[in-house]
Order: sequence, then C-alpha cells, then structure tokens
Amino acid sequence: MTGTLSFPFEVGFMQRALVAGLAVGVFAPVIGIFLVQKRLSLMGDGIGHVAFAGVGAGLLLSVWPIWTALAFAVAGALAVDWLRARRRVAGDVALALLFYSGIALGVVLVSLGGGMNAGVLTYLFGQPLTVKPSEIAVILALGAAITLTMWTLRRSMFAVVTDEEWSRAAGLPVDGMNSLLAVLTAVAIVAAMRIVGILLVAAMMVLPVASAQLLARSFRGTLAVAVIVGSGSVVAGLTAAWFWDIAPSGAIVLSAAFVFAIASIAKRAAPRSLRQEEHA
Amino acid sequence: MAAPEASASGPVSTGVPLDAEGVWFGYDRTPVLQDVSLRVAPGEFLALVGPNGSGKSTLLRILLGSLRPERGTVRIFGMDPASFDARWRIGYVPQRPTLASEVPATVEEIVTSGRLARRGWWRPLTSADRRAVGHAIDSVGLGSMAATPVNTLSGGQQQRAFIARAFASEPELLVLDEPVAGVDAESQRRFSDSLAHLIREHDAAVLLVSHELSAVAGIVDRVVVLKGRVLFDGTPGDLTHEGVSLGIHREDLPLWLEGLR
Repeated sequence: MTGTLSFPFEVGFMQRALVAGLAVGVFAPVIGIFLVQKRLSLMGDGIGHVAFAGVGAGLLLSVWPIWTALAFAVAGALAVDWLRARRRVAGDVALALLFYSGIALGVVLVSLGGGMNAGVLTYLFGQPLTVKPSEIAVILALGAAITLTMWTLRRSMFAVVTDEEWSRAAGLPVDGMNSLLAVLTAVAIVAAMRIVGILLVAAMMVLPVASAQLLARSFRGTLAVAVIVGSGSVVAGLTAAWFWDIAPSGAIVLSAAFVFAIASIAKRAAPRSLRQEEHA
Repeated sequence: MAAPEASASGPVSTGVPLDAEGVWFGYDRTPVLQDVSLRVAPGEFLALVGPNGSGKSTLLRILLGSLRPERGTVRIFGMDPASFDARWRIGYVPQRPTLASEVPATVEEIVTSGRLARRGWWRPLTSADRRAVGHAIDSVGLGSMAATPVNTLSGGQQQRAFIARAFASEPELLVLDEPVAGVDAESQRRFSDSLAHLIREHDAAVLLVSHELSAVAGIVDRVVVLKGRVLFDGTPGDLTHEGVSLGIHREDLPLWLEGLR
C-alpha cells in the first residue's frame, strides 16, 4: 500500500483501518437488512454480549480471542434461534437471557484472566487504528464469506424474513434459513468487533439500514443505499477521528447516526415534492 | 345466478390436487371436524363455505398438511402431505398475510418470492423465471406497479400482489383463504372478474375458503358447505334449489346454516 490515497489515508495504519473498516461497512448492513426486516434489530447486540464471553475465554486461555469469540457467538446465535423456533420463550426474552448471561460470563472470565486491560477494551470499544494485517485477513475472509452467502441466497432469505408463514407453506427451508441468518450474524459480529467494538457492532448492522429504508423504495435499493451509508460512515468516522483525535469506532457509529438524522429530515420533506410531481 | 359451465380441463399434470376421505379432528375433545370428505378435481373451482367456527380453517390446515387428521386420509396430488415436497404445485394466498414491511419491498420482489418454490431456493433465476414473474404481475393488473412498494398499495391491490405471488410458480391448485374479507364491494367485484379470467388463463384448480359467497358466486363449479360436517356438496344451482341463492347478502348464509341441521 503506497501513498496513492489522499490525506488522511496516505499513512499505513490509516490505510489498514480504512480497508478493514470498509469491509465492515459493507457486510454489516448486508446482514442487518434481514435482521431489521425480521424485527430482530437487537439480535446483533445480544450476540455481541456472548462474543464478549468468548473474548474473555480467549484471553484467559491465551488463544486468539477472535476464534473463541466466534465459537461462543455461533453457539449463542444457534441457541437463541432454537429457543425462538421452539417457542420456548418469546423472542425478546430469549435475547435478554443471552445478553445478560453472555456479559456476566464475560465479566467473570475477564476477572479470572487478570481483569480489565487494554486488550479487553480493544474488543469492547473497537480500535481500527491498531488493526494488524493478520486481523485484516480474517476480517476480509469472514466478510467475503458473509457477503457471498447472502448474495447467493438473497431471494430466499428475503422471502423467509418477509413472510415466514407463507414461505413455510411454499416449501422454502424456513428453519434452515433462520439458523443460517443467526450463524452469519454471529460471524459478522466477530469479524467487526475489532473495528467498532462489541458494544457498537450492532449499530453498524442497523443504523445504515434504518437510514436506507427511509430513502429507498425497494428491498434491493435499501440494501444498496445501506452499503453506501455503511462504508461512507466508515470513511467519515475515520477522517473525523484523525482530525479531532477522537475514538474512531465511536466516530464511525456517530456518522451513521448523523446520516439517519439527515435521512429522517429529508424523508419528511420528500413526500410533499413527490406529491407535486404526481400532480404535475 | 346461473351455474357456470365447467372450466376447460387442459393438460393438467396427473393426480387429483386434493382428496380428503373421512377426516375427523378435534381440539381437547371438542370435535371440530366429523367425517369430512372433500375432493378438488383438476381444473375445478370449488368454494368451501361455512360460518365462523365451522372448522374451515382447521380443514384447510389439514388439507395443506400442517395439521394431521385424527382419523381419515388426506392426499395432495396423490401423495401423503408429509412426503409431498413439490409445494410449488399449490399456490397459497393466506387470509391476512403477515408481511414484514420494516424495509420497503416492491410488488416484483414479493412476486419473485413465489417463483423460488419452483426454481429451488438455492438456484439463481433464469430468464424464463423472470418472464413467469412478469406474467403473474401483468395477469393481476399490477404491471404498471411492479416497482411500487407493496406497503403503499391499497388493500385490494396488495391482495392482488399476493395472488400474483401464488401464480408465479404456475401452480396446478390455487388455495385462497378468505380472499375478500374486509375488502369493499367494488374491489370484491373486480376481484371476482379478474379471478375468473385468471383461472381460465392459468387453468389451475381453485379451492376458495370463505364465509361469504357473493363475490365469487358466478364463477364457482361446486360449493361445499361446512359446519363441522359437510352439510352440502353440489353445484351452485343445486344450492339455489335448497333455498339459498348465492347472490345473498353475507349475513344470510350463516342464518340459513343455523336452520340446516
């Protein structure tokens, strides 16, 4: 990587942050749009809490925390999906159970491993500026797996999250699709946690989609706008972090929230102009 | 209203779409269905009518294989519902579609879902699939609204989009659950016109479940009146002879059913 990018992305660590961040800006909304449609926007948050327990386990056992977080998050996602499908508990109660058990287990494991340190904080709050090439490779590989899978199955996944009852009657593999979405959500959380942090990772899944659904008129259009908003927020957040010396993960998510505010205002103004066009 | 002539029976694939024999079912020992037999022949338009609580919904769930009868047999295209996997052969239009609309979705996106059942959920769509989707949208008169978000359509237009989704797999049996419930009289008339046209064009058998018949009285081949048991099974003309015209106001049928024991 040489200085072909313009300021402030001409330095190496900013370029690495940009590459990893842009990947998150793309694959997080790709998963998020299906969670939002399923009214499971908080799913990412719940699984993030379980991933924290995995980080604690990794630090305690001296294993790379990405792998332990992945194992914990996938197991947690499947557990929630199983609880939901069997109607053993309501969807939000299942998520609450996961939230609190995960974070509590994380706290216990971290305390056993020597307490809060910089390593733990990196995973909790994210730090794109110190991301290593080996971590970028994992983020890109997981992100590519998520994006390719969702692209291939986008129509079936859309059918299942949009109308589960009908999809079942039509013979689509509803249970399999739900489990796959849960697993890919867990993979996305772990792939993104090093960049935006466990506490903010769900925001990158939901906020770009929330903005896009205000502006677009189709599912496909919403996805396209959400990916643009997601990656744009990463560029804006990293730039703001550089100039004002603020936490980049927070700046990225605040950028996404700012876009949502602008989109809401634009939406409120838009219907009037649209109506005028129709009458013209 | 005159009984319609039998629908053209084109080259439909082998097998009777639906065949239920002596079906019994109950919830907590309360009998809901007692010795119910019902058969939908290829290309036939059958209306299943009954008041609320008559067991229509239960019977439909049994016919579609999501409930197992306590006694009796059910065959979907000659197969046991549990092993019937060519689900695309049935186009299902649910009563109140539970469509998630957090994210906008266009008519075309919704109708394309209907094609997946036939194409296979993991396969990409071919140009023939896209043509079938476009044709299904055109046939319900939503051609100019293909790119319109479904949640901005009127109730009647949404219903037509869901019928197009069912037609997209080119089914041999169309199952409509209370298709005109809560739709105004004008939309009901337009619905019945387009339904008659569609059935002729697609050559599918139809099972229409309803607590009122007025909207489709002119186009059905056969009426089955259900109230726990099958009270009537015959042509609309025969039902007229029993003392009820099919053009009746919706409240009349339950009243008539009360008197019929």
